[in-house]
Amino acid sequence: MSNKTVLFDKHVEYGGKIVDFAGWQMPVNYGSQIDEHHQVRNDAGMFDVSHMKIIDLLPASDDADIKGFLQYMLANDVAKLSEPGKALYSCMLNENGGVIDDLIVYYLNADWYRLVVNAGTAEKDIEWLQQHAGRFDVTLKVRDDLAMIAVQGPDAREKALSVMPDDIAKAASVIKRFYGVARGDWFVGRTGYTGEDGFEIMLPKTEAPAFWDALAAAGVKPCGLGARDTLRLEAGMNLYGSDMSEETSPLISGLAWTVAWQPETRDFIGRSALEAEKAAGVDQKLVGLVLEDRGILRGHQKVVAEDESGNVIGEGEITSGTFSPSLQKSIALARVPVTIGSHCKVEIRGKLLNATVVRPVFVREGKPV
Amino acid sequence: MSEIPSELKYTDSHEWLRLDEDGLVTVGITDHAQELLGDLVFVELPEAGTEYSTGDECCVVESVKAASDVYMPISGEIVEVNDMLSDEPEVINSSPYDNGWLFRIQPSAPEELEELMDAEAYAAEIEE
Repeated sequence: MSNKTVLFDKHVEYGGKIVDFAGWQMPVNYGSQIDEHHQVRNDAGMFDVSHMKIIDLLPASDDADIKGFLQYMLANDVAKLSEPGKALYSCMLNENGGVIDDLIVYYLNADWYRLVVNAGTAEKDIEWLQQHAGRFDVTLKVRDDLAMIAVQGPDAREKALSVMPDDIAKAASVIKRFYGVARGDWFVGRTGYTGEDGFEIMLPKTEAPAFWDALAAAGVKPCGLGARDTLRLEAGMNLYGSDMSEETSPLISGLAWTVAWQPETRDFIGRSALEAEKAAGVDQKLVGLVLEDRGILRGHQKVVAEDESGNVIGEGEITSGTFSPSLQKSIALARVPVTIGSHCKVEIRGKLLNATVVRPVFVREGKPV
Repeated sequence: MSEIPSELKYTDSHEWLRLDEDGLVTVGITDHAQELLGDLVFVELPEAGTEYSTGDECCVVESVKAASDVYMPISGEIVEVNDMLSDEPEVINSSPYDNGWLFRIQPSAPEELEELMDAEAYAAEIEE
């Protein structure tokens, strides 16, 4: 199975090197992923993210309770979404507290919430949502008629606004961070996966190729999945399937902040498992690592955890690692014992190399953290 | 299309070799290999003085994307490594056949060179 987004021909036309990603033929770069990385940190870049799935939640009857449905399905609480357009990042858990997916939910109005989920998990997400939707009289409308383009970087909003249709441009120009706005089938969210300001723009598939050209003409450079990964890792954002999965809870994945424990009366799928895990004592956490010696950190490398005195206290594992083009060092996210000190060792090809343990955010808005 | 100089020898693991006038053999990775890897950010070079047999893992090149082993294409002793790559691994991307060379070998069995692919055979190999 290999799917193509509506922008596939554009990727080829713009010199994209195509790879398979979660069953989709996507551009990994258009020449140099490092140049594309800097383009987003310093100016504006665009990513085709049409492989991600957009799901609208709509009422199936007058008794529909979309809010109640999401309060049950998600670990974060959509009750936080009081203003139309507001977005929320959340995990969707299984009964064991494992992460089925991480997603963004936009609240448009009481009769319209929009979910954006990962490409690789879309099928199982829809099945899972569908299993529970009936009880709340909620209908899922999968928006396969839409494409999605993320435009990211300090100059992204200005450049994107200059080529959007007037009505949506006007509406999008005034939205705050982590809000979205809709006009007809166009939807603009001030969200992203790079640690930079910008938009994620959903639009009719039929209009996407021309809009891609217009963005390029406005100076927004095409960027591939390679740069997307180094940008998100520098920003300390988790990647589903690497940093968390159905086998790991949000509590050991750096995502405890997305779990809404209050009110205690809200029953959501996975809640009792998380409460039990918390009560038993969470013994691992996700941290950031910066390699001090020469080399490159990669997923699945072994971490030898040390306390402040340098005594070995256990082992951990890198969940995502790369070379950071902004810092010119290798960085990683790693799952380690909670008692880890400020330094550790990472085993690379049989050698133990020195790394510093940091809060898992490396770069935000172009600046080292 | 990647560049495949006609005067070099090639392996199916994408190393190139050049027999120099002093009898030493210079080794690097091909243009095709650097294209596949993408931006190179780290090179772990072998140590001069080490002897290897054909096919030994002797060097690692890492791009942002992935780590890739470089195999000793013929048996012999490493006599020189390209130290410039420690600070500027991206030279392999920009100049895979010249400034981006990896190491030089004193071959222990120079006839092994004859068994390697020529440019035409390598071109056919990567076409597949």
